[in-house]
Amino acid sequence: MTILSVVVLIPLCSLVVFSAQLSPSEFLHTITTPRVLKSYWISIACAFSASVVNAFMGLSLAWILVRYEFPGKRLVDGIIELPFALPTAVAGIALTHMTTVNGWIGKLFFDLFNVRIAYTPLGIVVALIFIGIPFVVRSVQPVLEKIDVQYEEAASILGASRRRTFLRVIFPEILPALISGFSLAFARCIGEYGSVVFISGNIPYKTEIAPLMIMSQLQEYDYASATSIALVMLAIAFVILFVNAVLQSLVSKRVSGIS
Amino acid sequence: MQMNRENAFIKWTLIVGCELFLALFLILPLVFIIQTAFAQGLATYCNSITDQYAVKAAWLTVKATLWAVGVNTLFGLSAAWCITKFAFRGKKIISTFIDLPVTVSPIIAGLIYVLTFGRQSFLFPLLDKYDIEIIFATPGIILATIFVTFPFISRELIPVLTAQGVDEEEAASLMGARTWTIFRKVTLPHIKWALLYGVVLCTARAMGEFGAVSVLSGHLRGKTNTLPLYIELLYQGYDFTGAFAASSILVLLTIIILILRVWLEGRGNKRMELRH
Repeated sequence: MTILSVVVLIPLCSLVVFSAQLSPSEFLHTITTPRVLKSYWISIACAFSASVVNAFMGLSLAWILVRYEFPGKRLVDGIIELPFALPTAVAGIALTHMTTVNGWIGKLFFDLFNVRIAYTPLGIVVALIFIGIPFVVRSVQPVLEKIDVQYEEAASILGASRRRTFLRVIFPEILPALISGFSLAFARCIGEYGSVVFISGNIPYKTEIAPLMIMSQLQEYDYASATSIALVMLAIAFVILFVNAVLQSLVSKRVSGIS
Repeated sequence: MQMNRENAFIKWTLIVGCELFLALFLILPLVFIIQTAFAQGLATYCNSITDQYAVKAAWLTVKATLWAVGVNTLFGLSAAWCITKFAFRGKKIISTFIDLPVTVSPIIAGLIYVLTFGRQSFLFPLLDKYDIEIIFATPGIILATIFVTFPFISRELIPVLTAQGVDEEEAASLMGARTWTIFRKVTLPHIKWALLYGVVLCTARAMGEFGAVSVLSGHLRGKTNTLPLYIELLYQGYDFTGAFAASSILVLLTIIILILRVWLEGRGNKRMELRH
């Protein structure tokens, strides 16, 4: 238990001690600067859109992995964890270099749709989609595996269409897992730094994310501002996890209410 | 009949869609890294990865990873052991704290260490007196790496130990075995695969950590630059071939880790099936 206290508790205490020294007005002033507010907004908006995409893709991926047999299934199953194992900086430079207007994908998009990916909020979303995929898949997959096919058979014998079966029988069962996967990905994406810092281009007010704001304050040795911004980010992360917990209990109540 | 046809259509659309998505988002970047790394020929590639700073950065990464894996294995084992085998107060709080590093942004992880050991900390005079450097030095990097990989091993072990229960340990202890013998002969064989799996996850995360280490390192070339930081430096210096060459080493390690992971998972599942 000593290690726990040295590695986690003491640093956390120092965060609390240090923030207690901040005056409230200074704290408010730092976190309401337009640039900082904007960076929170960018972080949240990009993380949210990326997580929505991941919720859909993660659900389909989990579905095909559990229910279907197809060539390359083992490969798909193995490679899902890639974003987790690949160093974020490596992912960051690869995605950036690919999506600049001279890169493979970036050139294609720029020529066809006149859309730039790297150095825009779209780039941030792309990087965050990359980071978040495993979270949703790995939360939904085990639950989907446990669902008994009998329920679906029963539903179809009773005359329900495939879509109706999915919406009324399967979906409510996996909804809690989907929500928790979504919130994990969301929380992780808000704090993500390594992969985003390259692709975003860090243009103030446009593609500057909140972790980057902390970083730049730190490089100016302005620990007070850095801590204030960090505290707000911690609060946001806790709110996400809290909302997740509330939704979990609501959803599970509803599901048990139906059956 | 009609249901089957509809299913087949949905099935293949989903499979093809998902495979395309994965190919685009996951496989293409890997191919791209390798292609760019070798774009200027094998000689340039070899030069880039044998550069003295690259070798030093790689060495520091290995060192930090070994430390993190070592400390976290020790901690993960003891934490999982405490949490599952004994009942005590504050158990929930401890497991919450263990999981905390996963949800905290790596930048914030770095920040709290700067606040703890940096110049403005209450600990600083003490550290200064004994001439201990933590921030902007190797110990800081190691600490940050330990922090971000903190929960990985204990999280893998806790479910396995919970499922196993305490009966066998109690039996062994009644027969007069000492704690260490019980651990070695009874507990360890059960958790072997989960432990290895945790170690693999921990290694993956430790070697690639960027955010927290970046806050703490001070970016001294050849001294406190880990491989990911070195890659950043090269990339921002527009040395793309060098950056991607250094990345290719990490990509190779990642692929090895993924293969190990799938293999370990297979072994773990087989054991579970045998037992039931």
